[in-house]
This record gives sequence, structure tokens and C-alpha cells, in this order.
Amino acid sequence: MPPVIEFVWLVVLLPFVGFLANGALSFWKPDAKRWVSAIGVGVLVAAFVVALAVVREVAVIRPGEPYIVSLWSWMPIGDLHVDVAFQVDQLSAVMLLVVTGVSMLIHIFSVGYMGADRGYPRYFAYLNLFVFFMLVLVLGASFPILFIGWEGVGLCSYLLIGFWYDVKTNADAGKKAFIMNRIGDFGFLIAMFMIFKATGSLAFDQVFGSASRVFAIGGPTITAITLFLFLGCTGKSAQIPLYTWLPDAMAGPTPVSALIHAATMVTAGVYLVARTNLLFAMAPISGAVVAGVGALTALWAATIALKQWDIKKVLAYSTVSQLGYMFVGVGVGAISSGIFHLVTHAFFKALLFLGSGSVIHALHHAYHATHSHDDPQDMRNMGGLRRWMPWTAGVMWVATLAIAGVPGLSGFFSKDEILAETFIKGHEHPVFYVFWAVGALAALLTAFYMTRMMLYTFHGPSRAGAEEQRHLHEAPWVMTGPLLVLAAGSLLGGVLNLPEILPGAGWLKEWLEPVTSAGDFFRPEAHLTPGTEWTLLGLATLIAAAGMLGAWRLLKPAGVVRAADAPAETGFQRVLLKKWYIDEIYDALVVRPLVWLSEKVLWRAMDAGVIDGAGVNGSARVARGFGAIGSWLQTGQVGTYVFFFVVGVLLMLRAVTRS
Amino acid sequence: MLLGPALGVSALLFVIGVGGVLLRRNAIVIFMCVELMLNAVNLTFVSLAQQLGPDGQVIVFFVMAVAAAEAAVGLAIILAVYRHKESVNLQDINLLRG
Amino acid sequence: MREILFWAFAGVGVVSALLCVTRRSAVASALWLVLTMCALAGEFLLFDAQFLAIIQVLVYAGAIMVLFLFVIMLLNLGRGGPSDLRGWFGRAVAVLLAGGIGVQLWALVRAVRGAGGFAGETAAYPLPTGELARMEQTRGAVGMVADPLLRQYLVPFEITSVLLLAAIVGAVVLAKRKI
Repeated sequence: MPPVIEFVWLVVLLPFVGFLANGALSFWKPDAKRWVSAIGVGVLVAAFVVALAVVREVAVIRPGEPYIVSLWSWMPIGDLHVDVAFQVDQLSAVMLLVVTGVSMLIHIFSVGYMGADRGYPRYFAYLNLFVFFMLVLVLGASFPILFIGWEGVGLCSYLLIGFWYDVKTNADAGKKAFIMNRIGDFGFLIAMFMIFKATGSLAFDQVFGSASRVFAIGGPTITAITLFLFLGCTGKSAQIPLYTWLPDAMAGPTPVSALIHAATMVTAGVYLVARTNLLFAMAPISGAVVAGVGALTALWAATIALKQWDIKKVLAYSTVSQLGYMFVGVGVGAISSGIFHLVTHAFFKALLFLGSGSVIHALHHAYHATHSHDDPQDMRNMGGLRRWMPWTAGVMWVATLAIAGVPGLSGFFSKDEILAETFIKGHEHPVFYVFWAVGALAALLTAFYMTRMMLYTFHGPSRAGAEEQRHLHEAPWVMTGPLLVLAAGSLLGGVLNLPEILPGAGWLKEWLEPVTSAGDFFRPEAHLTPGTEWTLLGLATLIAAAGMLGAWRLLKPAGVVRAADAPAETGFQRVLLKKWYIDEIYDALVVRPLVWLSEKVLWRAMDAGVIDGAGVNGSARVARGFGAIGSWLQTGQVGTYVFFFVVGVLLMLRAVTRS
Repeated sequence: MLLGPALGVSALLFVIGVGGVLLRRNAIVIFMCVELMLNAVNLTFVSLAQQLGPDGQVIVFFVMAVAAAEAAVGLAIILAVYRHKESVNLQDINLLRG
Repeated sequence: MREILFWAFAGVGVVSALLCVTRRSAVASALWLVLTMCALAGEFLLFDAQFLAIIQVLVYAGAIMVLFLFVIMLLNLGRGGPSDLRGWFGRAVAVLLAGGIGVQLWALVRAVRGAGGFAGETAAYPLPTGELARMEQTRGAVGMVADPLLRQYLVPFEITSVLLLAAIVGAVVLAKRKI
């Protein structure tokens, strides 16, 4: 094993050290802002550098089998042997770069965005801890290690969503995220148990090595395992039915939304399916389910995003929608396409979130000066901001063009790749044509609502008051710098995996080939004719153009009213604004019955009635009963005592005479 | 030898004493029955002293001394109780009821 | 001769014991008990325990029972009041239990006899017949008791004197009207 790769644990350790240091500072020296910034950002830069070195090594060697760096033996229990070990291969290399790179940029952004916050050291401590867990997740060499990272990022998500914990809605949002994730984790655990029972191991190399022997293709076991794994993914990656936590998670600081709920944590589900792609390849039904749920989620979330007024909520639903695309990709077996979209999405979605962060920061600053109580996140209070924030507007347009699928930018290539692979699979089963159509419709809506967002925020007349306008200005360079880097990625990232008809094609696909080769054995080989491929490319361009132009023409920024004066929505628009009332439905169907069950049955009947009444108090009553019998003997009459005395003597005499 | 019959008489007296203790309610009479039991035991010791040595008689001596002390204190207690309760009937002395 | 006397004294003793236990009047009970003690004193004489017989009459019958009578008089319990014997249930219980003890004692005695006991077979015992009487000749009736008492049993003897002191103090304290 090359020496650089042996040190991969250093990448994981550095953010953890940052967490400890910043945590300590938050207790004992909460005002030491410079130290916190230096440590918090420094460890991430160092981690990124080490990650680069590791990935470079992988690029040079191009190993056919993954390198396993085993640190220590964690759980040697009977037949189960789980080691703390990291796996370095092409897939983990990609994830490593995305996680450390984007995290580094967002840490730098946070220095400016969170600079004035009281909990600055605590913020960086949690953020470093999150990166630590995310790295454990993507580098784990076995299901339990991955699960540690899985749970850990869930924990950090909870801590960071509820970062401003003195507001109850923030704390509630954190709880909601954690609890919904837990439901998914239950699926993950069941899958792990089943995998262990079938293969006798939980390490990736052993499970994948023995999978073709142990599982019957398309059989009930492998289908169940993969469906349970996917349940975990729906929780972590916010797919139907467990997506409702992600829009609520926007209660956390915007850099958190960018890092955790756009670029890294929510992509963990996609990574999991990519890592276990062999298992999904052996269970075609699960693959179809994954793709179907992904497609449906993409469309569903896009419809909701059409009518949201809060800029972060638009982006949140956009994230849910784009994650759906990624699942469509990995569901139809196009692992590299799904990962490709993961990478490009990390660039432009992080960019969009950070940009919106700059916007919110500016409005906040303005409202602070004028003592206004308006919502700085509501687009109805914005408008024409490009006059005061040209750089931010510029980079956000780059990201919008990317996500809408304008040809040449990264998003065009990654989204098109996924839709093309879905179309190919239509040969096997016509349902995939349906999925393709749903995906195309969602792409149309995506272009539309993203353009809507940009129009209402940066163009048209400004709906901010004259006094506020005087305080609006561009964000400082510590915040705008990372935006530029991400914009470059959004612009040029397409070269990672160009379609087959163009020269220099499929670089990422080739890079990930050792990871996907085992699964490819079970996937039927298929290609598009060049004609079909050009048609699809043209169609994608048309969709993007139609969406954007449609928004430009149909929506009138001048007609938008300030949030405080806006009339309530009615009819179908209201349904979309209220997210199809899903939260209310969940509340009635799931939450209320559960609360009723807990209170009336488990608390009153079981705990108070049975355990307290019969168990605790009951045994006390029994003891007291025995005591009452005993005290019945204490008559106070000497005659009674003499009687027992004589009886005792009698018995003793019997004993003596017997012997 | 008279040892057998003597032990028998002693046992009989002892049993009569036990019966008296269980039968009566007057505290003083009960006390007297206890003295009767002690006397029965004294007879046993004396009759066995014939076979086993004068030590038996010494023990009787001690028994008598202890019986005297016990009688004095016990009757003093009964006097004290009588002053409170105006009665020596055991049924009336039940303040220690649990 | 000795046997006749034995049975006579025994009979008197048992009968007066029975009467003692069953009289309604406390004074009557006390007096019958005195008679029982005197009968026992006679028995002691038959068993070569002359000193003890005298002591029995002097201390037991003469002092302890007199004390009983004093207390009975003091508490004015002389006249027979309502009978203080227990009801038919109490009597049944008393008879049963006392009978039970009697049976056990009889079994005990038989066991001792079976092991090579008394009534003729004296081989099991350390002292030959009449040895005690001979001891008495040599040392005197009092000496026979006093010798072991003041040699081997000196410590219990002294302790008994302390016991008697404690009894005196206790009796005085308990019986006083005002401390």
C-alpha cells in the first residue's frame, strides 16, 4: 500500500481535532474569534490538502481493488468481526474531494457570515464535527463504520439546524430532522441484520465478494435488503415519503443549509446506493423502485418550489428535486451519472445557498439599521438587488443556468446523462419511459422556478424601502471569494463526464469503472444510437429554454407586493404554497395517533396503571399485607405470648427427644 | 431406687405448673405457677444428685437464690402495674398491642 | 419405709399443686403452694439433701411465699372475685399443651432409662449406691453443699450476691410510689 494512502485517517482526524479545540474554546474562551477561525478553517484546508495527496495517489495507481486501511479491531464478537477501517478507491476518492473541498469553501464563507454571532466557536465546533462524521461515512470500509458516520451527520444536522435554540421553531425543526432520519435508519439497520445473516460479514469487500454466491438474482432476500437500504436513503436524502424535514431544516444558518442539506449529508443516500450498486444490480425491482421514487420526488418537489416565497425554501425543494434525479441515475444502474450529478449539484447548489446567504445577510443588515421587522428571507421583500450586489447576482445566474440545464454548463451534462440512461432502460421495460417523461417535466419546472427566483430577487423594481436601500451592499470578499470558486466549478464541471458523442467523453465513468464493474455484470449493456442521443440533447436544450423564457415572459416582477401587504393565496396556488398539505396529513395520520398511543395507552395504562399500580405499589401493598398478618400476632396480651412460649418449648423438646 | 418415680413426679409437677400458667389470668397466680415449675426442677436435680454427685444440690441452691430475686422484682413490677391499671388481670394489660 | 414416705409426700405434693392451680382465691392458691413446697421439702429429706430441705422451708415457703401473700394482701385480692380461669377453649388449649409437654417429658425419661438408666441398673452412673450418704457422714450435711459451693462454684456464688443486690435495688425502685 502506498504510504500516502496509509495516512488517509489523517483526513478524518483533522476535523475531529478541530471540533475538540473549538469545543474547548466555546466553553473557556468564547470571545477568541481569531483562534476559532484559524483552527476551524485551518483543519479543513489541511484535510483538503491531504485528501488531494491521497486522490493523486489513487489517480496514479488506478487500483482494481480498493485499498483497505485497517486501524483497529472494534467488534470481535463470535462470528462478527468489525474493524475500524477506511476504504480508499475511486468512489471514495471522488466523495473525499467533494466533501473536503466544498466544506473548506463553506468554512471560509462562514467566517464572514457567522462572524457576529454569539455562538461562533460552537458553530465551528459543530461544523468540524460534521465534516469528521461525513468523512467517516464516505471512507468507511464496512456497513457499521458507514452507519457511524450516517448517524453522526444526523446528530450534527440536529445540532446545527437548532443552532439558535432559543427559538422554539428552530429546535422543533432539528427534532423533526433527527426523528425522520431515525425512521430511515431503522430500515438501514434491518438491511444490515439481513446482510449479516446471509453473508456472515458486514465488511464491503467480503459482502460484495460473496454476494453472487449467496443471493439469488431478483430473489426476495436481496430485494428486501436493497429496499430496506433505500428506506434509509429516503430518510437521509429526503425522498418521498421522508422528505418533509429538509424544508424545515432551513431554520439553521445558511452555510449549514449549503453544506449539509445540499452538498454533503443529503447525498449520503446516493453514495450508499452507489457503494452497494452490486446489490441493487442483483435486484432489478429495487432499482426500479429507487428510480421511480426518485422521479416522483423530483416532480413533486418541483411543483412545490413553484409557489414558495421564502428564498431558502425554494432552494430546499430544489435540493429535494435534484436528489430525486440522482436516485433516478443510480436506480437505473447509471452509477457514474448519479455521482456526476452529485458532484455538479454540490457546486451549483452550494453556490445558490451561499449566494442566498449573502442576500439574506445584506437585507438583515439593512433591517437592523432601520429596525424593521420584515422577513429578510421573503422574496416579496427583495427585488432589483443586482444593482447593489452585482457579483452575487452574477455567480447566482451561473448556478441558475447550470441547474436549469443550459447547454455547456455542468448541470446540462449531468442531468442529460441521467435522462439518457433512463431512456435507454425503456427498452427493458416501458415504465422507464414514464420515469423519463416525469424527469423531463421536472426539468421544465426546475428551469421555470429557478428563473422565477432570480427574477424576484435580483431584477425588477426594488420592494425594499428607500432607507433600507441605502444600507444594501455587496458581501465582503471572505464571503464572495468561495462563491467565485464554486461558480467556476458549476461552469466547467461538465468536462468530468461528457456524453458519448462528444470527444473526451465519459471520463468519470471510466474512473469509476472498478467500482461499478461487479454490478455491471448483472446490468444489460445498452447504447443509444447517435441520432437518439442528439435528439435527447436537443430536447433538453428546448426544455431549459422553454422553462426560462416562460418564466421571463409570464411572471411580472413588478406585480409582486411586499410580504407584509401581500394578500393570502387562494385555490391551487394555495395548495402548492402549503406543500400539498403533506405536513398536515402526516400530523393527522402519524403524529397524533402516536401521541395518543403514548399518552393514553403507554403512559396511563401501562406505566401508571400496571407498572406503578401493580408492580411498585402493588408489591408495597403485599408487603404491608404480610406485615398486617404479622402484627395480628402482637396482641399485647401476655397470655398470648406465654402460649407461643410454651409451644416453642414443646417443639424444642420434640427436637431433643428425636435425636 | 426411687430415681424413676422421682423424675416422674417432677415431670408431673412441671406439667401442672405449665397448665396453670396457661389456664389463669391473674398475674400473681401465674407467677406462683412459675415457682411451682421451678420447684419441680429442683426435685429433679436433687434426685439426680444421688447418682451424679453433690453438684446437683449446689445447683438447687443457686436456683433458689435466683428464684428469690426474681420473685422480688416480679412482684414489684406487678405492684407498679397495679397502680396504673387497678387490675392484675392479664387481659387488661395490653398497651403493647401492635 | 422410704418408699412409703416417698409416695405419701409425692401424693400430697401433686394434689396440693392441682388445688393450687385451680382455686379461685389467690390466697388459697398461695397456701396450697406452701403445702406443696413443704411436701417437696420432705422429698428432699428422703434424698439425702437435708440442708436443702431446711433451706426450702426457710426461704421458699417461709420468705418467698410470704412475700407473695404480702402482695396479695396489699392489692386486696384476698376475697375470691370472679373466677380468673379461662373459658372452655382456653382450658382445652392448656390441657392439650401441658399434656403435650408431659408426653415429651415422659418420652425423654424413657429414653434415658433405655440408655441404661435408673431403677436398679446403676452401672451407668459414676456414684455407687449410698455414696452420697457416706459423704454426708464425713463432711456433714452443710459441708457437703458448702464445699463445692465455695470452691468450684465460688465465682457464680459471688455473682449471685451481686444479682441479689440488683434485685433489691430494682424492687425498691419499682415499688416506690415516688422516686
